[in-house]
Amino acid sequence: MSETKSRYQRVAYYPGCALEGTGHAYNRSTKAVGKALGLELDEVKNWNCCGAMEVKNVDPKVQTYLSSRVLSIAAHEMKADVVMAPCNGCYHNLKKAEHDLAHDGASREVVAAIAGKAGDKPYEAGTVETIHALDWIKHGIGEAGLKARVKNSLAGLKVANYYGCMYTRPRHIFPEKDKGPGTESTSKPHFMDDLLAAAGAVNVDFPLKTACCGGAHTLSDSDVSTRLVLNILRAAEAAGADVIATECPTCHSGLEMHQVRAEKVLGQKTRVKMLYFTQLLGVALGLSPRAVGVHENVSDGLEALRARNIA
Amino acid sequence: MPIHEVSLIRPENLKTHEKLVMDGVDVSGHWSTFIESRVVTDYNEALEEEISALPGGEHIHRCWQCGSCTNSCTVNAVNPDFNPRYWIYLIRLGMESELLRDKDIIWQCVSCNKCTYACPRDVFPEGVMKATAHWLELQGHTPKSSSTLFDEEFSEQVFATGKIEEGRVIRGFFARTGQPLRQEWLIEMARRLARKMPILMGMRMAFSAVFRPRTRNWARTGAAIGEYVAQQEAKHKASLSSGSPPGQGSNGRGPERGQR
Repeated sequence: MSETKSRYQRVAYYPGCALEGTGHAYNRSTKAVGKALGLELDEVKNWNCCGAMEVKNVDPKVQTYLSSRVLSIAAHEMKADVVMAPCNGCYHNLKKAEHDLAHDGASREVVAAIAGKAGDKPYEAGTVETIHALDWIKHGIGEAGLKARVKNSLAGLKVANYYGCMYTRPRHIFPEKDKGPGTESTSKPHFMDDLLAAAGAVNVDFPLKTACCGGAHTLSDSDVSTRLVLNILRAAEAAGADVIATECPTCHSGLEMHQVRAEKVLGQKTRVKMLYFTQLLGVALGLSPRAVGVHENVSDGLEALRARNIA
Repeated sequence: MPIHEVSLIRPENLKTHEKLVMDGVDVSGHWSTFIESRVVTDYNEALEEEISALPGGEHIHRCWQCGSCTNSCTVNAVNPDFNPRYWIYLIRLGMESELLRDKDIIWQCVSCNKCTYACPRDVFPEGVMKATAHWLELQGHTPKSSSTLFDEEFSEQVFATGKIEEGRVIRGFFARTGQPLRQEWLIEMARRLARKMPILMGMRMAFSAVFRPRTRNWARTGAAIGEYVAQQEAKHKASLSSGSPPGQGSNGRGPERGQR
């Protein structure tokens, strides 16, 4: 077993606020897939919000503090080497905190000052590795390992893999990406494609993998978000996709919400369904759609699975 | 530096006489079209400095106007008037009145960071957009945008309890912006969810609406964050060269200066 692989067998798990609310199905399916694959998760103790897309606009260094507090708990209280965050927003913010604390003295000062007053130990860059749920499965199990465990192949299911913004941009906070074969690409990410292909799915050629769904303004500028989402949904349909596989609760609920809104407000109906990639993997591993929370989605993913005789 | 995608000729400055004879030559209609000249006299030399003093604006001076930001911009594809490169140009020249013509759309940046990815000079245009929107609000040129109201509702909940509860954020945001919660598409979403929603999930949602999720022993942390945020707010206000309260003209050096 490679060093990375063995480190990812048991990781600290940071679900974040969305996975306890609108993204509950993602939480449930991530845990179920981990269990089915024999990967262990220890939830970060007494975690807090990472700051999401909002706190940085009030003050970016407070966001760095909030994210670093999560890393600090994982490092000091849990003695963890790896923190896994399935939410793109959380993942991005922990990565950004790691980068800022390594490279920016002013950020270190503010974090140390707030942590001092709050009575917690400031996080030191380089102590914990932050990974996404995609890295966790890709490197903790691998395509071959996944293939060997597939009980209910996704054969015939056409999937558009949608990664969104926060998983790859901006490039400088992801120093491990774009390092050649085997690493993730920031311009053409492929980890989700790789895993779903191993589970038997047919990945369609989808040009909007890293397009923006307008998630930051999903409620504050709904008309723009609806237009951005409609572009994504239409491109997926034009590529022949039955479902869009997602890896972020904000993207996922944004796509679902604005699919309904486009229909109601603009009269533009689209039929493509949304499923978290962990829901698709769970079904492929032989779990029931209910066990991975398909019934908790707004979009009717069960219909798409049934149409291809998968559920 | 030429500005290819923005015309500096304003439609209202294009003059055409329907009937005009000059020196016995009939130049009626488009033969008589001319562009009324305008003189810019109201440079705000402090503009770049003020915006770069706000979080996100720090690296605006690095820009060499390649246009990669506008070229990659998500919002520009939806609205061609949304033009980060052009705004950075205006800010660096100090052309405040030109910038103010677009004051109501600058907040619409969706933070997708395509510009940051594309920028060869590490200007962090996404941050510059946020700093500019912030500056417009601090100077009283625009009211707080719906995006700012959302950020504030969200952040206040995080500072108070360490976590957010989405239902509470949505209700709080709709209340702050005076929108009715009963919107056709929101009702439709709830209807689709309820059709499949098991009792347990309904109970879980009701539970988190009543008992707010919170981080334990958060009081000291929340207070430390609150103190820091208040300090920063005071610092940002002081960084405006005039220090004038909002609503007193463009930078407090006088009433409306120059002509648009």
